Amino acid sequence: MAVLLLAEVTDGELAMDATAKAVTAAKQLGDVTVLAAGGSAAAAGDAAAKIDGVAKVLVAEDASLGHRLAETTAALIVSLAGDYDHIVAPATTDAKNVMPRVAALLDVQIISDASGVVDADTFERPIYAGNAIQTVKSTDAKKVITFRTATFDAAGEGGSASVETIGAAANPGLSEWVEDKVAESDRPELTSAGVVVSGGRGVGSEDDFALIEKLADKLGAAVGASRAAVDSGYAPNDWQVGQTGKVVAPDLYVAVGISGAIQHLAGMKDSKIIVAINKDEEAPIFQVADFGLVADLFEAVPELIEKI
Amino acid sequence: MKVLVPVKRVIDYNVKVRVKADGSGVDLANVKMSMNPFDEISVEQAIRLKEAGQADEVVVVSIGVKQAQETLRTALAMGADRAILVVASDDVHNDIEPLAVAKILKAIVDEEQPGLVLTGKQAIDNDMNATGQMLSALLGWSQGAFASDINIDGDSAVVTREVDGGLQTIKVSMPTVITVDLRLNEPRYASLPNIMKAKKKPLDEKTAADYGVDVSNRLEIVKTVEPEERAAGIKVGSVDELVEKLKEAGAV
Repeated sequence: MAVLLLAEVTDGELAMDATAKAVTAAKQLGDVTVLAAGGSAAAAGDAAAKIDGVAKVLVAEDASLGHRLAETTAALIVSLAGDYDHIVAPATTDAKNVMPRVAALLDVQIISDASGVVDADTFERPIYAGNAIQTVKSTDAKKVITFRTATFDAAGEGGSASVETIGAAANPGLSEWVEDKVAESDRPELTSAGVVVSGGRGVGSEDDFALIEKLADKLGAAVGASRAAVDSGYAPNDWQVGQTGKVVAPDLYVAVGISGAIQHLAGMKDSKIIVAINKDEEAPIFQVADFGLVADLFEAVPELIEKI
Repeated sequence: MKVLVPVKRVIDYNVKVRVKADGSGVDLANVKMSMNPFDEISVEQAIRLKEAGQADEVVVVSIGVKQAQETLRTALAMGADRAILVVASDDVHNDIEPLAVAKILKAIVDEEQPGLVLTGKQAIDNDMNATGQMLSALLGWSQGAFASDINIDGDSAVVTREVDGGLQTIKVSMPTVITVDLRLNEPRYASLPNIMKAKKKPLDEKTAADYGVDVSNRLEIVKTVEPEERAAGIKVGSVDELVEKLKEAGAV
């Protein structure tokens, strides 16, 4: 069985963590060929060749593949699809944009956000914001799958797969890139950070969110937010942790002023250690927290920053 | 320009989901159902386009069981002009998969010739996040997924997308399929007079067979289970105790 894995490539660089986690899932299905596609992708392809379990790397560099536009990237994948039984990717926003398009062009029902591999046809995936886990068996000849990275460990490095350069598919000319507004930050990336500190509605204002950021910087953590905090304008949407935002599973997750709505829990409950600081002792977040502190966050967080 | 907006009837987002004892799925009998929240955002956006003079008709469509008629009436009460109900199942527990939904929508697009299809980015029941992208593929159109801002100008639209790490802005050629994200707008509530008026708006009833689409599922449900419960932890009495526990656990 052969697997084609779409690597996560951003501005020519490989997102190693997301790609290596998807490799862990994909190598259970067969020999993994990684596709690194982009305006520039050669360096990303070389990096992917070092991931354990990767048999081969295909590099497609073309201006039309820059910024991962769905139409061109999907056309490229479909042109390669004949050689593979499984076409997979880490469940990033890029892949969620591209892979359903690939599936429809191949007349396949996609399996989105798979969190477990049972066998070559059968996968587990969360539904209803993680309130249920469904095992589904695909009856399609080819499978198109995105893997929820938070549930797989990253494959190690040390491989030396061969790298082959291929051309792009014809550009259908349907869309063009205008600009990226990437949040500039020295902090680790939210979905791959070892420590995440998140604030909720209890933080009270955009200004007070600085306190959450200060604790995060003390811990070398990424900053997250609940949907309530994002909706209230305290934090940008790309910080959102939850079913409608990002799914994270760090070693340490600190939830500050977060009540613990179902949709937030769905995004962080696989974290190894969860700490909750909330003044409402009835808050549902305490039901999943390993260590809960009932306290006013404006007193507890400065003290924690000082003592940790 | 005509705007087509697919809407899905799903379990209300405030209802606690219960897995059926036989593992076949989630219990939907006698449970409050509502319009998928992301679809409310796309209905709202379509109505705003009409109010701004950029659209002249908003057509809503729902594919599923007959009861989805209520969801369509809600969309009509918000301000959509007419509705198409495609009855594709008589069992509320049978979720029509995104691929089949996209095929039916393609047939409707071929008939209705809209200039824009606005879909929610995902349904909160199966969380597939696929229908809009699949429809765009089947039509051979451009796609703008996870939109937080849309500006239509003649034969193209500038779409700002919510992506990992920030925002991406792209320019797509029209006609197009745009899937909407949370921050695009805040949907309005339907007023009582509009709810009354909506009862008189046209609602066409069709079946999947009318469009020649096979709606049998490609994914066989093997089982459905509750997620593993996380063991309850402990409450600590002070910041000092918290720091001590975190050090013991090797977390800091």
